[in-house]
Amino acid sequence: MLEIKNLHASVEEKDILKGINLEVKPGEVHAIMGPNGSGKSTLASVIAGKEEFEVEKGSISLNGEDLEELAPEERAHKGIFLSFQYPVEIPGVSVTNFMKTAINESRKARGLDDMPANQMLKLIREKSEMLEIDRKFLSRSLNEGFSGGEKKRNEIFQMAMMEPKLAILDETDSGLDIDALRIVANGVNKLRSKDNAIIVITHYQRLLEYIVPDFVHVLHDGKIVKSGTKELALELEDKGYDWIKQETVV
Amino acid sequence: MDLKDKLLSSFIAFENNVDLDNPVHEVRSEAIKNFEVKGFPTKKEEAWKYTSLNSLQKVDFSIFPKQENTLEYKNVKKYFLHEIDTYKIVFIDGVYSSYLSETTHDGVDVCLLSAALTKPQYKQVIDVYFNQVASRDESLTTLNTAFSREGAYIYIPKGKVPKKPIQIVHFSTGNEAALMLQPRNLIIAEENAEVQIIERHQSLTENEVFTNCVTEIFAAKDANVDYYKVQNDAKTASLVDNTYIAQKDNSVVRVHTFSFGGKLIRNNLNFYQNGEHMDSVLKGITILGDKQHVDHHTLVHHAQPNCESHQDYKGIFGDKSTGVFNGKIIVDQIAQKTNAFQQNNNILLSDKATINTKPQLEIFADDVKCSHGCTIGQLDEDALFYLQSRGIPKKEATALLMYAFANNVLESVRIPELKKRINKIIANTLGVRVGFDL
Repeated sequence: MLEIKNLHASVEEKDILKGINLEVKPGEVHAIMGPNGSGKSTLASVIAGKEEFEVEKGSISLNGEDLEELAPEERAHKGIFLSFQYPVEIPGVSVTNFMKTAINESRKARGLDDMPANQMLKLIREKSEMLEIDRKFLSRSLNEGFSGGEKKRNEIFQMAMMEPKLAILDETDSGLDIDALRIVANGVNKLRSKDNAIIVITHYQRLLEYIVPDFVHVLHDGKIVKSGTKELALELEDKGYDWIKQETVV
Repeated sequence: MDLKDKLLSSFIAFENNVDLDNPVHEVRSEAIKNFEVKGFPTKKEEAWKYTSLNSLQKVDFSIFPKQENTLEYKNVKKYFLHEIDTYKIVFIDGVYSSYLSETTHDGVDVCLLSAALTKPQYKQVIDVYFNQVASRDESLTTLNTAFSREGAYIYIPKGKVPKKPIQIVHFSTGNEAALMLQPRNLIIAEENAEVQIIERHQSLTENEVFTNCVTEIFAAKDANVDYYKVQNDAKTASLVDNTYIAQKDNSVVRVHTFSFGGKLIRNNLNFYQNGEHMDSVLKGITILGDKQHVDHHTLVHHAQPNCESHQDYKGIFGDKSTGVFNGKIIVDQIAQKTNAFQQNNNILLSDKATINTKPQLEIFADDVKCSHGCTIGQLDEDALFYLQSRGIPKKEATALLMYAFANNVLESVRIPELKKRINKIIANTLGVRVGFDL
């Protein structure tokens, strides 16, 4: 599904990603871990198409199609979803209206008419119940005055609404208490299928107890320095990242 | 002949048509003398540093339209807030249109200034209020005073509330190659009275129009006045709007100015607080493109203790448009416990757009809260990326962000249909249709 080959990316002439190789197949969950500043969030942004980052070398393709020339919205239309570490506040635009716009724009791009209002409401009801989101919450301005946990839950609600092929969860666990973490993780697990894939970016092993990955990769200084199965995450939890850093130097 | 000379010579013709025994004649004569001395403001004056009236003065404006014109309601319906029932005071090329208007004398007076200035039953009110808060030395105001004859007259007696909001609409039809209009409005809300007014100037052709408007608003004790200015005019229409507000104890006056269109707009909005525990609210949304120019000059004069003022102006400037915000706040020495808040935020969408923003605080009391802030920035790239990553194309995402940026100014609009209408104009101005009504 997703194929990243020798990806180099920079921002303002500073190299951040220095040769990433990653292949994600349908139905798989990959975790990307690593210390602060290793390039995790940059990798997520580059896949989603943030223009600030310059791709210097290498390629990203989704189902065989090169993404390089595509704007972020076009990537979204092709099924890429990024759950943001810091979702943006949009005063005056309710969660519901925002979702309507997002879904109908994606439908338009696929040559479909707007989703009928009753169908939209049904979908919103269904997905918000799945994430235990209060109805009142949906008429509030997007992310405005939301707690950290509410923002993250809202991100996963959006993911549920958009039904992406490839979802990237960027530090979705940060700012969540244990109950919120469980709800969010349950939501993500319900969205797992043999046809879609998920990349979980996290600093800690905690989230991976709930969203169990098939593969774990360790990112350090812009490169994947170690890959393994879920046991690798536990090892990292035990030994910390210094062990990886030293090993890399050796 | 330049415009000033033309106006001075027209004044004689103007006076020949009005009653010379009327006390207002004195006021007008005094005013034209002041204008003669001062002339049009120039860029040398601090208050007019960024706004030039030079090119307007070169246009050969007709001062009095030669023939009356009529309009069919169905052709101009869209310029009214027609979704709700309202009183209407409508002028076509400066002349009152009874056909398009709906006035009343049922408990309140919603009618014409020309009637109020000439009929004996209004004399007492005119003597007390007319030209009492408008400046007697600001040149464009004195020019308007000299030619003051027609406009809206709204008088809400003690404890009364009109049954519905009032719309004041000025159309120009292009009957003249270039037309100058000088409407004059007088609005009085007596003790505990309440009124909501929407004002609009609308040119219907490409012919040049220059409107120099003066509005005086008096809010007595416990009165509540909402005034909405919708400035979405043709690209050949220029407007200098001078609004003067006198407030007394416990009154609340809110003025919202929505500037989306026109060639040159200058808003002089002046609040004079004379009493305690009152609130003055000044809000504005400005969205410009092309070479449009909007200049907001606000003044709030706190002259008594325990009062508040809230100013919030948002501006979005594209293409080669230029904006000015100058917010002056005066707090007199006795005006302790004043709480004055001023905010001006701007987004520049192009390298060639300009905004000049300046807070001007003159505080002589020591126990006051005065906060002010102005920002100039570009669109938040992270926010744009967030929306795009949800499948919303860049253009629509940009519009949503601008809408979000300006949105809180709309919160204090108390006529829901007007709020909706403004949202629609914003969406049109930004050139988008998002998947829901903004």
